[in-house]
Amino acid sequence: MSEEKKQLITIESGEAEQPFRWSAGTYGSRFLTELRDHKRFVGIRCPKCGKVYVPPRRVCGPCFVELTELVPVSDQGEIITYTVVSFGFVDPATGKQKPVPYGYAVIKLDGADTYLLHYVDETDPAKIKVGARVRAVFEEERHGSMLDIKYFELLER
Amino acid sequence: MGKRVAITGVGMTKQRSSRPDVNGQELINEAARMALEDAGLTRSDIDAVVIGNMDHFEGINYVDTWSVDGSGALMKPIMKVTTGGTTGTTVAMAAYYHVASGLFDRVLAIGWEKNSESDTTGAIITAFDPFWDRPIFAGAVAGLALEATQYMHLTGATEEDAAYVAVRERKHALNNPYAHLHMNLTIEDVMKSPYLSWPVKMGDMCPRTDGACAVVFVSEDAAQDSPQKPAWVLGVADRHLWAYTSDPYANQAIENGWWFPAMEWSARELYDKVGITDPLEQIDVAELYLPYSFAGLRYMESLGFCGRGEGPALVRSGAFDMGGKCPVNPSGGVMSSNAIGATGLIRVAECAWQIQGRAGDRQVPDVKIALATGFGGCFWSDILLFGAEKPEKSRG
Repeated sequence: MSEEKKQLITIESGEAEQPFRWSAGTYGSRFLTELRDHKRFVGIRCPKCGKVYVPPRRVCGPCFVELTELVPVSDQGEIITYTVVSFGFVDPATGKQKPVPYGYAVIKLDGADTYLLHYVDETDPAKIKVGARVRAVFEEERHGSMLDIKYFELLER
Repeated sequence: MGKRVAITGVGMTKQRSSRPDVNGQELINEAARMALEDAGLTRSDIDAVVIGNMDHFEGINYVDTWSVDGSGALMKPIMKVTTGGTTGTTVAMAAYYHVASGLFDRVLAIGWEKNSESDTTGAIITAFDPFWDRPIFAGAVAGLALEATQYMHLTGATEEDAAYVAVRERKHALNNPYAHLHMNLTIEDVMKSPYLSWPVKMGDMCPRTDGACAVVFVSEDAAQDSPQKPAWVLGVADRHLWAYTSDPYANQAIENGWWFPAMEWSARELYDKVGITDPLEQIDVAELYLPYSFAGLRYMESLGFCGRGEGPALVRSGAFDMGGKCPVNPSGGVMSSNAIGATGLIRVAECAWQIQGRAGDRQVPDVKIALATGFGGCFWSDILLFGAEKPEKSRG
């Protein structure tokens, strides 16, 4: 570092925390409760276009109507696309470095028309394929979060 | 009908990895003063300021208020615009709307960022849903990697095809004294660089940068007094589509004929309005928000330069190299400098310089029409066209 740069002062935000309390909403809460208590997935169907949103949303953007019809969807599905994260970054949920590498995928559950993001139990990209079948594996202790799903296991490699 | 609008002044800081010698306001001021001087104006000539960045990168909110000494907005109308990666282009569009409305004659547009002040990926994650996105989402790098995987799966494009784009952009940057990265890379260098998020490697990705850019937009009346040749705004379009980070990979959209719906929709709309029927023939230069190499394949298809899956062959033919049919990113683009809130506005500024013939060693000869894009968020899109000739009317 140059002498000039050494004289320039910066400060760190340090251990400062700014807690927030976010709302999952009625249907989001229902989705997370089903995951936590029953290891089940629910979606919601648009009365106009018939699209099933997972996780459930209150509004279908294209139809701009309110959704109310909850429907069960499978804990199995297929990989739409995937990556294996190997670079380091700060997880804003913890303020700490996120442990890497991890595989993650865009997953379409059977019966859903939208996709979920989640981990897959594989860090070798050569062993993951678009279209591969996956199934949700749950944590023993669950708290009502997407992380109640430990990861999606590849049913074929 | 709106007023016709031209760019008559540009200011830009040299883009650098870190600028600890200035705070945000001081950085903004460097670009603002350069742009005003370039346009032959002083602070008192400016009717309003539009400014943009993303607060989460610096953790300091309300730039519209705390920057007024530096931006020149002291006791003037100022409006902040923040739309993710598209911020800089949306700032330009908002400044254009101000002037086209007829209510303001001279508006200063400013985009800036000090990405050195936080973990860029961590900050980006905070822009997304805390329940459904944040627990898994690994920011822009991984979101783009998901796009690259899907693109390769659907088209057979390769990592080498993408590396060609990465090399081209860095080679172009060697002609640009404002660029952050000056690297003479080979395809082999890119292929050997470490994976950040498979299939995206270090060499495929943009850097994180500190920098600011400012652009003066004036009405057709005020343009008559300009010391610079006016670079006319021919028209603008923008579309925001997806809400959650898993939405953009929608096979339903692909099956229905959309590839990148926000970009395709905005490009078609704007080309239609301006009369572009063959982008490769009619557009002389493009400054595109390509945040990583695979974008330089797929987005050429979405912008109508070629058909679906034809990006790699057209790119490798050299059509978008300097000396090619439509040079893309003579500045070195986003893969050579990415101060995120400034990045879209830099695309606009570079288009203006190209039209004015002031782009130095990166000048493309005889530019009549220039295209700028912004990209961000869940695959959102801003598109702007600029011309050497005053258009018949303004188009929004």
